[in-house]
Amino acid sequence: MKKRVWLTGPYVFWIVIFTILPVIVLLWYALYDSKQGITFEHLREAVKPVHLKAFWNSILISFECTVICLLLAYPLALCIRALKLGKRSTMIMIVIAPMWMNYVLRIMSWQLILSKNGLLNSLLTILHLPNHDLGNSSAAIVIGMIYDYLPFMLLPVYNSIMSVGDDVIEAARDLGANKLTVFAKILLPLTIPGISSGIVMVFVPALTTFAISDMLGGGKVMLIGNIIEQEFISSMNWKLGAALSLVLMIVVIPGLFISPTKAEEQNTIIN
Amino acid sequence: MNKKVRRFGQGLLIVCVCCFFLTMIGCAKKENKKKTENSVNTGKNTLTVLNYGEYIDRDVLDTFEKETGIKILYEEATTPEEMYAKYKGGAINYDLICTSDYMIEKLKDEGELKELDIDSMQYYENIDERYLKLSKTFDPDNNYSIPYFWGTIGILYNSKYADKPVDTWEALFNGDYAGEIIMQNSIRDAYMCALKYKGYSLNTTDKDEILAAHELLLKQKKDVEAYFVDEVREEMVAENATVAVCYSGEAYLANEYNEDLQYAVPKEGSNLWIDSWCMTKRCKDEKNACKFLDFLCREDIAMLNFEEIYYPTPNKAVYEKLPKDVQEDTLVFPTDEAIANSEVYKTLDKDTTRLLGDLWKELKVY
Amino acid sequence: MIKRFVMRFYVVLIFLFLYVPIGILVVLSFNNSRSRAVWGGFTLKWYKVLFMNKTIIHALYNTLYIAFLSALIATLIALPAAVGIVYMRKKQVKVMLAFGNIPMLNADIVTGILLMLTLSRVMNLGTTSILLAHVTFNIPYVLLSILPKLKSTNMSIYEAARDLGAGPVSAFIKVILPEIMPGVISGFFMALTMSMDDFVVTYFTKGAGIDTLSTLIYGQLKRGIKPVMYSLSTVIFLVVLIILLIVNYMPRDSKKNR
Repeated sequence: MKKRVWLTGPYVFWIVIFTILPVIVLLWYALYDSKQGITFEHLREAVKPVHLKAFWNSILISFECTVICLLLAYPLALCIRALKLGKRSTMIMIVIAPMWMNYVLRIMSWQLILSKNGLLNSLLTILHLPNHDLGNSSAAIVIGMIYDYLPFMLLPVYNSIMSVGDDVIEAARDLGANKLTVFAKILLPLTIPGISSGIVMVFVPALTTFAISDMLGGGKVMLIGNIIEQEFISSMNWKLGAALSLVLMIVVIPGLFISPTKAEEQNTIIN
Repeated sequence: MNKKVRRFGQGLLIVCVCCFFLTMIGCAKKENKKKTENSVNTGKNTLTVLNYGEYIDRDVLDTFEKETGIKILYEEATTPEEMYAKYKGGAINYDLICTSDYMIEKLKDEGELKELDIDSMQYYENIDERYLKLSKTFDPDNNYSIPYFWGTIGILYNSKYADKPVDTWEALFNGDYAGEIIMQNSIRDAYMCALKYKGYSLNTTDKDEILAAHELLLKQKKDVEAYFVDEVREEMVAENATVAVCYSGEAYLANEYNEDLQYAVPKEGSNLWIDSWCMTKRCKDEKNACKFLDFLCREDIAMLNFEEIYYPTPNKAVYEKLPKDVQEDTLVFPTDEAIANSEVYKTLDKDTTRLLGDLWKELKVY
Repeated sequence: MIKRFVMRFYVVLIFLFLYVPIGILVVLSFNNSRSRAVWGGFTLKWYKVLFMNKTIIHALYNTLYIAFLSALIATLIALPAAVGIVYMRKKQVKVMLAFGNIPMLNADIVTGILLMLTLSRVMNLGTTSILLAHVTFNIPYVLLSILPKLKSTNMSIYEAARDLGAGPVSAFIKVILPEIMPGVISGFFMALTMSMDDFVVTYFTKGAGIDTLSTLIYGQLKRGIKPVMYSLSTVIFLVVLIILLIVNYMPRDSKKNR
């Protein structure tokens, strides 16, 4: 049985060469100084209040984005499940297809919709409704992120919802569970692995994005991704940039530890 | 702890250590390796060229390849800093780079540039003396760079909503256009506006002056609709803001699409920028590189580029051929008075760059 | 009945949210003005320009080549890895996934620069280096979409197949693969789209003179995106949509119907 672990060989190989090796380069930049040798100075600089605040901004925005994505994707996945067999995958495809429009163009399109004289406001004016003030704000960033990352939430959630057999649900119903109980006691626990995959897939990229916040936030909101970009590009301070990335990793990796565990525990219960 | 886990952990540790040593060896060997790679990377009769995005008529490249048989590997970047990061990363050996004044100075100071063989260039004299003189701020002997395009930074405003011509930086800071201002989302350009408004030099390294400018920008932040780099022109055409800090070359195009948009260089003075070509020290085939630079100075080629880009050209042969109304269009060619108070960016020392970067973060994060 | 209506309504709402921005881009591709803020009348000229521009065609080829190959390689690596992970101990899995997810976790710009520094030391940057970089950031996505599917699959059916005399590979292909196929496919597609979409990593790991669509578009950002790009995206989008629909409406075997 245990022998099958070798199947992860190529994966581990790949991680070592293309992930761990670059991380070592990162450590090198963050912790090594030609003058002082190993130093924690850059790390100390990376936890300055201004950076922590940017961190906090990013975490808040990614959190909002992740929660809304989940709230949108879960019912959508349930709706799709309720469809006929042939239609289901069509629906999924329709959800992913927009991602084939280039990323920059998609964000730009949202800019056109949300800006002051944008399409949404024109529409509101025609309908004699008060104009919104969403353009160039953190709300716009969240909308852009949701648009971009919704498929990342939907796919894993949908996959895990689909793997819950109809028979399981019917059995529960036969045993007298009402809809809410079926959802809370059967569906939700069984789909936890998918949900946690989805959360990771949305939350993590949302945390480090900088293009969306630049384009939709009007450059007024600075997220940790923007700061890292600034350090690497405009300030040409790679050491601080590397230290910031390192801190980001240290913060998020424990989060990555938690999610698979939960998923697994759920699984053992099921089995 | 479980035995298996420990063994796995040990394995991982060993692998990590191995990797670490490999990297160290790699670092040590880097210099030697670079040399061998060079010859592979820039094979015979190819030139690797780095330029700003959309900053050349692509047909020019084809013509050059046809005429000389030299293949151009063309690369684009959007900011001088990005170019620097790509160049310094050392992954690609660029032969020629077209970048801005202060970046050329920085590269030159770091010894990354090679002197150009200007005598071998047949069309060099097409470049107007005036711009060579201006270039002296960053290239004192005019032997490292050839001006390509130039321009100013000023205020693009919508005359429909602004009651009087906006020809002073004050408009950005006195609250007249609250919520209607687009600033540049680049550290130096943003601080430049405030520094110039206060009457300081835009190359100042005086901490107090910079802090005063920062104070001003902090107060202004609530009035700013957005900090943009790329979309300024489009946002102004769509009338999402009334005043915007903008590059002169964009003003002409903006006016094409929306006649109400006017451009002015503030009377307090502004930044005058010159984008020039330079040759890196990694360039292996200087002759071909100079051939390409010379080619760009050729009248018909420079004309093609001008017609594509519509930024002010330092090429006098082209300028003289232009119809009078274009020559006199202040949206294309700023007048001498307009640029009288303007300065060219110089490379700032490390501490000032660091200070500006930190202040910029403070400004944006809170 | 009401439930059906509410569901329909919800689905339509989401699709509006997803497709209005796309619609705008499609409309812009017919705009006769080079500015996106001004409507200059209807034109098809950008579509004509598109097919004559060899820079664009070249970039398109690069993009597709890299996207398909990197998605394929990532899937081929992640699939066995997922199976292996099911048999691994919890702690091992945690450590491995934590490392494996780093590319996803790092800011793109960091991944890009680090891969540039690493790759440029061992090879000349070119299309291959972009490919390797894309595989790297694709693997976690594929893995994350296969794993939940595999975890909810009962592995004892595989053992049963083995006991009944099937070889390990054929047992896997015949028994397990059909079960997890949706996860594999969605992972593959996700990798494909991620790779199509990526700009930052591509930008730093590409060799001289090699362009993909996103680097081409990014180069135009500063001076205004050319409408050709809208028409190109529209064409890609339509082709993808049509292919997907054809694939979906083809008669299918009943394997997935459980």
